[in-house]
Amino acid sequence: MSRLRTAALVGNPNSGKSALFNVLTGARQKIANYPGVTVERKAGRFNLPSGEPVELVDLPGSYALDAASPDEEVTRKVVLGEFAGEAKPEVLIVVLDASNLEQHLVFAQELIELGRPVVVALNMVDLAERDGLVLDPEALSQSLGVPVVPTVAVRRRGIEALLAAIESAEATAERDPKAHRQWHLTLPERRMAAQTMARGAILSESSQHRLHASLDKVLLHPWLGPPILFALLFVMFQAVFAWAAPLQDALDGGVTALIAFATQALPAGFLRDLLTQGVLAGVGSVIVFLPQIVILFAFILAMEQSGYMARAAFLMDRLMARVGLSGRSFIPLLSSFACAIPGIMATRAISDPKDRLTTILIAPLMTCSARLPVYAVIIAAFIPHRTVGAGIGLQGLVLFALYLAGIVGAFCVALVLRRTVTKGSASGFIMELPKYQWPPMRDILLGLWQRAWIFLRRAGTIIFTVTVVLWLLLSFPRAAPGESQVDASFAGHIANGLQYVVEPIGFNREIALALIPAMAAREVAVSSLATTYAVSAGDDDEAAQGLIPRLQAKWTLPTALAFLAWFVFAPQCLSTIAVTRRETNGWKWPMFMLAYLFALAYIFAGITYWLAVAVGL
Amino acid sequence: MTLDQLPPRRRAEIVAIDWARLAPDEAKRLQALGIDTGARVAVAHRGVFGGRDPIALLIGRMTLALRRSHAAAMTVKEL
Repeated sequence: MSRLRTAALVGNPNSGKSALFNVLTGARQKIANYPGVTVERKAGRFNLPSGEPVELVDLPGSYALDAASPDEEVTRKVVLGEFAGEAKPEVLIVVLDASNLEQHLVFAQELIELGRPVVVALNMVDLAERDGLVLDPEALSQSLGVPVVPTVAVRRRGIEALLAAIESAEATAERDPKAHRQWHLTLPERRMAAQTMARGAILSESSQHRLHASLDKVLLHPWLGPPILFALLFVMFQAVFAWAAPLQDALDGGVTALIAFATQALPAGFLRDLLTQGVLAGVGSVIVFLPQIVILFAFILAMEQSGYMARAAFLMDRLMARVGLSGRSFIPLLSSFACAIPGIMATRAISDPKDRLTTILIAPLMTCSARLPVYAVIIAAFIPHRTVGAGIGLQGLVLFALYLAGIVGAFCVALVLRRTVTKGSASGFIMELPKYQWPPMRDILLGLWQRAWIFLRRAGTIIFTVTVVLWLLLSFPRAAPGESQVDASFAGHIANGLQYVVEPIGFNREIALALIPAMAAREVAVSSLATTYAVSAGDDDEAAQGLIPRLQAKWTLPTALAFLAWFVFAPQCLSTIAVTRRETNGWKWPMFMLAYLFALAYIFAGITYWLAVAVGL
Repeated sequence: MTLDQLPPRRRAEIVAIDWARLAPDEAKRLQALGIDTGARVAVAHRGVFGGRDPIALLIGRMTLALRRSHAAAMTVKEL
């Protein structure tokens, strides 16, 4: 047979399916979306003991074939071979959490009932033993009528035996497709059967001290839990902003060196300018955020895989409920502090569609790292460097206030949205709190690599295109001698028009001009202001130093404050718009997002400006 | 007594569930997670901010988080 063999991993959420997938396929994974839905499709290959390759898909965790969410719908369709363009898997590898058999055997029975070749991976047997539960895979195999292989995916235990079982399951299926036992039970019957089978498979059970129960006593403690969560978040933000700095400087230095090299190596002309000013400067300004994104994701992945993230969602649920969201929205919003793009992608875990849409729409209000360079420059230029009370700097206080304004703004917007455009019954919060486990380093590294790759691919496509287009707009038509290039360009003309719109809120023409390239990435506002103010801009920091005295000379304090207020809401980030379009399957919601964010930015910049002028700042 | 009134760490059995009070999707999800009449449960933890919501429920070998509004639809009997 030359046709590629196929297999699928199926099981309840928290069965350790993904860890098993990582062990089976190694780094040979392809991650994409199922067509038409925003459900991640993870596929990879492994070799059977005979050397034959098998294409393996990791199906979204489900509780039943009777789907309750888009994720489960995909699982059901793929398993039944009803998903267009997706091969019906020949072997189902059903993954069970050994310490939660009563629950996981319910879905397993439903899958075995289909009468297809099935191999059961009795996963995480080590954690079950840690909790004092010793199981008999043979007894379980007897009652299920299919092979059962004990595995510990994170320690690579039982993988050989699992592969052998998959191979012989395929062979059996070829000889006798109806070899498997078939029941047809209702849910309560299956649950009863699951309990009986689970009890029958227990060799010994001691009510040992359970690690997760005692950890929960501390981490979910009414008075200890929240401070621990906030301490962890504090360390995370410290790491994102402090630890990433040297790496970012190094990357920035690399980009600058590359620009210098290209400038020297290439003959002057259109191509060189396109490459250095357009491609390298533009894409480079986004690439420097890679260290922050990797560090943030290292924390998020570790929190997810250790089981702590579900506890964070539990602790935050009540606060999120006040604005009509649930604890599940906490994780995406947290990610959005680094960048709204991974945050919006993380909303896939929210099952309620209106909840998810609301979370997507407010994610850009979380102060992403791209806003930091803008805040840093304006604060350095206009906020006096002095302390207000015990060791609190005024500059730091303003920065904190800007972050807080974003959070408060997001909650207010969520409150309004839940009563208007995403109106619906208050969403609930139902979530399994998985067992704690030490996050396997390999899975975290693999996850980091995948996230970094998605980010880089985006920088190489969307951001690349936008940067080149903006550079063209700024570079053409060419200026006559004696005329400034910016004034002559298309962008300059656009800014002339835009100026009338932003004048009432205290913005000048230079700001209007900076807002156009900042559409690509917010931090570009800094370098474009620098360019506009005719500073020989190298990298952002150097430009910023020359920029500060010029800003102080040209801007009033109310203008500067209005500019900061604008950036709290500023929607200009085309990548966010693009990812919102993809995640909501259409232009309606990204356009809505763009409109409401611009409106808020305009109104709040205006209010800030008028108030500042009124009090005589 | 409904489940939201059950004091922490007391074992109880669900004797009735008013499914009509739950959204259909949530009812399905809760059922898939083992919430049904006859299920044995205990409240492990409760939320912090206002109303002691949500609730972390022990069911089988699982810890399940749900809202107080869900728990209010379930009648329990202490064991």
